[in-house]
Amino acid sequence: MAGTGTALVGVKRAGARGIIYALATFFALFAALPFAWMIITVFKQNTDLYTRTNNPFLFNEPPTLGNIDLLVTQTKYLTFVGNTLLVAAAVVLITVVATVPAAYSLTRLAGRWGESLGIGIFLVYLVPPTLLFIPLSRIVADVGLNNSRWSMVLVYPTFTIPFCTWLLMGFFKSIPWDIEEQAMIDGYSRLGAIWRTVIPISVPGILTVVVFAFALTLHEFVYALAFVSSSAGKTISVGVTTELIRGDVFFWQALMAAAVIVAIPIALLYNLFLDRFIAGFTLGAVKG
Amino acid sequence: MSTIAATPPPETRERRYLLDREGVLGPLMLLPAVVYIIALVGFPLGLAIAYSLSDVTIGDQGLDWVGFRNFVDVAKNGTFQKALRNTFLFTLASQVLVLTLANILALVLSSDFKGKRLVRFLILLPWTTPIALGAIGWLWLLDSVYSPIDWVLRQVNLLGPGTIFGPRGNMYWTAKADLAQLSVLLIHTWRTLPLATVILLAGLTAIPQDVKDAANVDGAGFWRQLIYIRIPLLLPIMAVATLFGMVFTFTDMTVVYVLTRGGPIDNTQVLASWAYFKGIEGGNLAQGAAIAMFLFPVLVGVAVLMLRMARRTETT
Repeated sequence: MAGTGTALVGVKRAGARGIIYALATFFALFAALPFAWMIITVFKQNTDLYTRTNNPFLFNEPPTLGNIDLLVTQTKYLTFVGNTLLVAAAVVLITVVATVPAAYSLTRLAGRWGESLGIGIFLVYLVPPTLLFIPLSRIVADVGLNNSRWSMVLVYPTFTIPFCTWLLMGFFKSIPWDIEEQAMIDGYSRLGAIWRTVIPISVPGILTVVVFAFALTLHEFVYALAFVSSSAGKTISVGVTTELIRGDVFFWQALMAAAVIVAIPIALLYNLFLDRFIAGFTLGAVKG
Repeated sequence: MSTIAATPPPETRERRYLLDREGVLGPLMLLPAVVYIIALVGFPLGLAIAYSLSDVTIGDQGLDWVGFRNFVDVAKNGTFQKALRNTFLFTLASQVLVLTLANILALVLSSDFKGKRLVRFLILLPWTTPIALGAIGWLWLLDSVYSPIDWVLRQVNLLGPGTIFGPRGNMYWTAKADLAQLSVLLIHTWRTLPLATVILLAGLTAIPQDVKDAANVDGAGFWRQLIYIRIPLLLPIMAVATLFGMVFTFTDMTVVYVLTRGGPIDNTQVLASWAYFKGIEGGNLAQGAAIAMFLFPVLVGVAVLMLRMARRTETT
């Protein structure tokens, strides 16, 4: 290639790089601006925050941890966190117990029907809470769980089971059949073979289910809002939006702290398990 | 083979290990999940339809058949037209935006640059954050007095007396009908963009290397490769991404509930939020169920399209 040619390519490359950095910055700002504003707010003093002429992005007065202290000691935030963790743990347990056998059955034992049935179950995930919350609030009341944390434990698996069954099916498909067949030839029953060979290999897959059942529980808002109205039973999403917002005074810093404290850990979890998550959402349309 | 001799004859084996028969074990293992779905999705769905055709309220829980009266009443209500229009407006407009932006963003993220991991983390934040908490962030970002966006606009002389957005010193994002609609629309775009992007990114990386190599050897430039290779190969995956985005936007009530509660004067009301206000807060379960039922046809349509997509990928 001639000298001028390479120079031209070089200029073009530099231009392309510039465009890539510019676009990456733009999108990162668009995505993260609310979070930046939230995090800055958390550490601001009242007089700094509520002076309209102050530069909102700077600390015009020294940053403070008092707002987090307020959130933890003066509000029911820790109750909400406790409720959320309890509900999430129970939902995760139910989800794992139901999805591991279901996904195994669909990938290994159901033959040609397995895949179609699996897609059918996944589509259940798309039935939105907004369609079901009215009859479900009646059902929840009828079984005596109205206003109780256990109402969410009962109902949340309706969306974690479909989603996680689908995720696990993808995982089981990647495990070679020979492993459990060999165990069965060695004299184990089918269940024994599953327990001794498939389950140990599937720990990463099951961990994915744990993470996403947990994350979906933290995300849920509509059912929690419809089922639980006493503050003692509320989860983070609903407690924060109804109890910390609806008062006469808005404690914006504490409110932002409440949101950010939850948002960052979940984001880290998602990033760790992103590939599995995407594999579930692409419906098998992408073969890696 | 010696191992075969070690296993008992088939009949005794089958009798002894009923659970070893695939025809028994398979359905048995599937049972808990299926029972759950039938009892707490299938049954409530039937109940929702029954509610929408009855006169049930929180006070009077009896189901008396009233035919399509709820649907007629709802359709006559002025709020219905607004809610229906907003639901479709927010869904279609945000997904058009998302599809455009996600294509660009996926291209950016598929190239190598410094700080890519950080950028990916930041871009995913809106999707990984529980939507109620993300919406609270926006509520504060769009505050009627202390919005930092307003502050920036004031600094660059776009807002305030004698400027194009003036004369008042604030935009009142959630208090004016058109700005409130724009805000809801932007939040939906913000929230579903990460999902569409990562789905498209997965599609991009799955394009076989030899196809890219062949295009490079033939001297196809960026735009040619985009139009003749990337877009056609990515179409199925784009459809998947859009369908998910549509479902999540179409059925969402959280953004509207947190940001505007449907206001000002129902101008951001959507079917889902209106169903909540009527059904749960207003106590009219029947009308609430009827409003939510209007979501159903579109969801069935999406489900059918998704099944078709999944079938196609299965056969190829």
